[in-house]
Amino acid sequence: MAGLAATLGSGAMTNSMREFKDSDMFFIVGSNTTENHPVIGYYVKQALAKGAKLIVADPRRIDLVDDATYWLQQRNGTDIALINGMMNVIISEGLEDKEYIQNRTENYEAFKENVLKYDLKKVEKITGVPADLIRKAAIEYAKADKAALLYCMGITQHITGTNNVKSLVNLQLLTGNIGKYGAGINPLRGQSNVQGACDMGGLVNVFPAYQPVTNPDVRKKFEELWGVENLDDKIGLTVVEMFNAADEGKVKAIYIMGENPVLSDPNSNHITHAIENLDLFIVQDIMLTETAQLATVVFPAPSFAEKDGTVSNTSRRVQRVRKAIDPPGEVRQDYDITHELAKRMGYPNLSPGTPEQIFEEIRKCTPSYAGITYKRLENGGVQWPCPNEDHPGTAILHKEKFVRGLALFSVCEHLEPAELPDKEYPFILSTGRILYQFHTSSMSGNSQVLNEKAPENYIEIHPKDATRLNIKGGEFVKVRSRRGELTVKALISNRPFKGGVFLPWHYADSAANLLTIDALDPIAKIPEYKVAAVAIEKI
Amino acid sequence: MSEEALVNLTIDDKKISVPQGTTILNAALQNGIKIPHLCYHVKTGQASLCRVCVVEVEGMAGLQTACSVLAKKDMVVHATTERTLAVRRMIVELLLSNGHHNCIACERNGNCELQDAAYMLGIETPSYPIYDKKMPLDESSPGIVYDPNKCIQCFRCIKGCNNVVFNRVLEMGWRSNHSVVICDDDMPMGESTCVQCGECVQLCPVGALTEKLAIGKGRSYEMKTVQTTCPYCGVGCQMELHVKDNEIVRVYGVEGDTDNEGSLCVKGRFGLDFVSSPNRLTKPLLRKNGKLEEVSWDEALDFTASKLLEIKNEYGSGAIAGLTSAKCTNEENYIFQKFMRAVIKTNNVDHCARL
Repeated sequence: MAGLAATLGSGAMTNSMREFKDSDMFFIVGSNTTENHPVIGYYVKQALAKGAKLIVADPRRIDLVDDATYWLQQRNGTDIALINGMMNVIISEGLEDKEYIQNRTENYEAFKENVLKYDLKKVEKITGVPADLIRKAAIEYAKADKAALLYCMGITQHITGTNNVKSLVNLQLLTGNIGKYGAGINPLRGQSNVQGACDMGGLVNVFPAYQPVTNPDVRKKFEELWGVENLDDKIGLTVVEMFNAADEGKVKAIYIMGENPVLSDPNSNHITHAIENLDLFIVQDIMLTETAQLATVVFPAPSFAEKDGTVSNTSRRVQRVRKAIDPPGEVRQDYDITHELAKRMGYPNLSPGTPEQIFEEIRKCTPSYAGITYKRLENGGVQWPCPNEDHPGTAILHKEKFVRGLALFSVCEHLEPAELPDKEYPFILSTGRILYQFHTSSMSGNSQVLNEKAPENYIEIHPKDATRLNIKGGEFVKVRSRRGELTVKALISNRPFKGGVFLPWHYADSAANLLTIDALDPIAKIPEYKVAAVAIEKI
Repeated sequence: MSEEALVNLTIDDKKISVPQGTTILNAALQNGIKIPHLCYHVKTGQASLCRVCVVEVEGMAGLQTACSVLAKKDMVVHATTERTLAVRRMIVELLLSNGHHNCIACERNGNCELQDAAYMLGIETPSYPIYDKKMPLDESSPGIVYDPNKCIQCFRCIKGCNNVVFNRVLEMGWRSNHSVVICDDDMPMGESTCVQCGECVQLCPVGALTEKLAIGKGRSYEMKTVQTTCPYCGVGCQMELHVKDNEIVRVYGVEGDTDNEGSLCVKGRFGLDFVSSPNRLTKPLLRKNGKLEEVSWDEALDFTASKLLEIKNEYGSGAIAGLTSAKCTNEENYIFQKFMRAVIKTNNVDHCARL
């Protein structure tokens, strides 16, 4: 999101998902769309059936490769070089959108100078993708009318994550594909309300609607609304940083609502150790997750079916969640639990009452949500920005003008991943999701159908590597990294490349994050889940 | 659609106007004129297979299928005549006599388009002898049951699988009276490449494709329905939960003007039973002598609040941090970050967007 916000002025998906049915061209990079966002996968395939073209850039042979016009199998962590190579072709062939660049962007010359350094010979050497394939794909991409770019964690979960995103922005600006129906730059959000959690200020540097905590006028506004003084003016600690601080004894208490960092965060041994170092660890969840088992105090929370409220989807559409059943036992609403804590700490007015009343307070301080009301949401969702009640909502961002004014071309240089394979750890490990499980499986792991379809973990190994190590399908293997080890069943598969392995991270009994590295992108602070060096051993 | 693109026509003496390109069937349905139809569905398009929607059109010879003929200027349509009703009756009676269409224990009783058509046409029992195919059920997959004896071969499931979700699993296999929907090259569904998205179940007009886990849990008319948003990925599919006895029995995607247009994936359609899991937390827990023990809300809240105050006073606000949630609502996230900022006085509040 940091990459999008810096270059365009808004860190969200620019277009609406149903537009993809009418796109002419797709560039899907670092997104296993059909497994992780299946319904968007349906729309992509509907467009392909009507004649649209598809470029997939992924080290792994995901299902969409079968439907792709071009498959660029880049080496893990070489996306910037690959995109720069494609843009080099587009500029050299004179296929860039000159009018769009002239009227709507800035910093083009510096960007161009850098891209021209990435000739295809160099790019082929870095990425492993044949130069001719890059050239053909780039030319066809630049010639398309409505080219939609879809990306996901395969782009962001690298130490170069922010620059990876900026590279993708460069490509869409160069081809004039932002602010247009059926095109755009589209990060696919992985959870039901990642977008909303960001919009609501669940981030270390911003209040709701991305208003910076470092701005005194903004702080004053929130101090008045909340009836408090001296709001913190410093940027806070991000998820990985707060556990590091706990490890060092600087953070003494952590309060977690509905997250499971012991499974979801990189280098879990380190997270567990940090938690043990805390004086107070509060977990609020629907299940006794691996994280909750370590808590000082656990608050039972309602599931989605037991609450009223709103969530914001990946297309910025604010939609209702409605209570369908009563929660079990003594479960209390999340906002009510937090409110009760605040009351006991001398702040009696944290929550104004019902979810609708809370939403009314949100509207007062969140300009992009100001025009949305529960009444309007009865007739379907509304896409922000929606500044007033007469505004229909915004399907496509940056249509006439970028939120930032002019869009910014960025200079992005290739940088090797933090940890590369070597003699001791010869394989590249990527972690990710599968269709039938979700995140740390605290929801999907308690579903009968999903568990029947995907009961246990596996590691995907290329047949040639399996033969060399004398590993048969279904056998248990030991996987080791510098940070931890686990045993898991081997799945011999043509999906990973030779020398690469893929491990789903949903399963607690072979938790992928025992192995992953906590190297972070310096700006977005996202860990590099897609590249870690591991060794595989037959047991 | 602009004004000049409208066409005026008459159906059953009712003068109506619809956008150009509208079929007679949709023109009638949009204007409250009921025409039974079994193979047409807005997502799979016209099929002209079942022929239950036949109408008479002045100037056109023979009966026309309303789902395939476009409304034209000054067209005069007679949807409900002795002739059309007789033909519809015959077709529905033939369908009812072919296979096992007994509503008593059918999961779709009260939510079946064949049953509705029979009711509309006043058919209690078909005039033809019933041919019970006695074909085996396919119960091999975890989420879906296929009963070929109830199948009316409308092709909706096949079109949905191949043209809407593109899983390309279902096809019509074998010939004539032996025709049956097959998976891949006639594999049991559980061994096929089917990913259990359930698009076929939602499109099925009868009880041929049903949700396995919903069997015996209640009739459609006993269910409360609640529209909500799927709790899994960021697509935010709109879904209708069918609830009985405080349990989610089945899930339909909300069709029409929603981001998912009625489609769901396996997680949304079949993965919501976690809410009724015995593993759910039901009481506050507090660690005492190294073990988590059930306590009252007051004890848990009092302990936590005083401990937070103690840490804040001793080490400062910066010694406290919080993680809000991408699985919680906007309202819950807003309140949580407000708590961290206004009460604890720290910006140490983040969530898993980075993970």
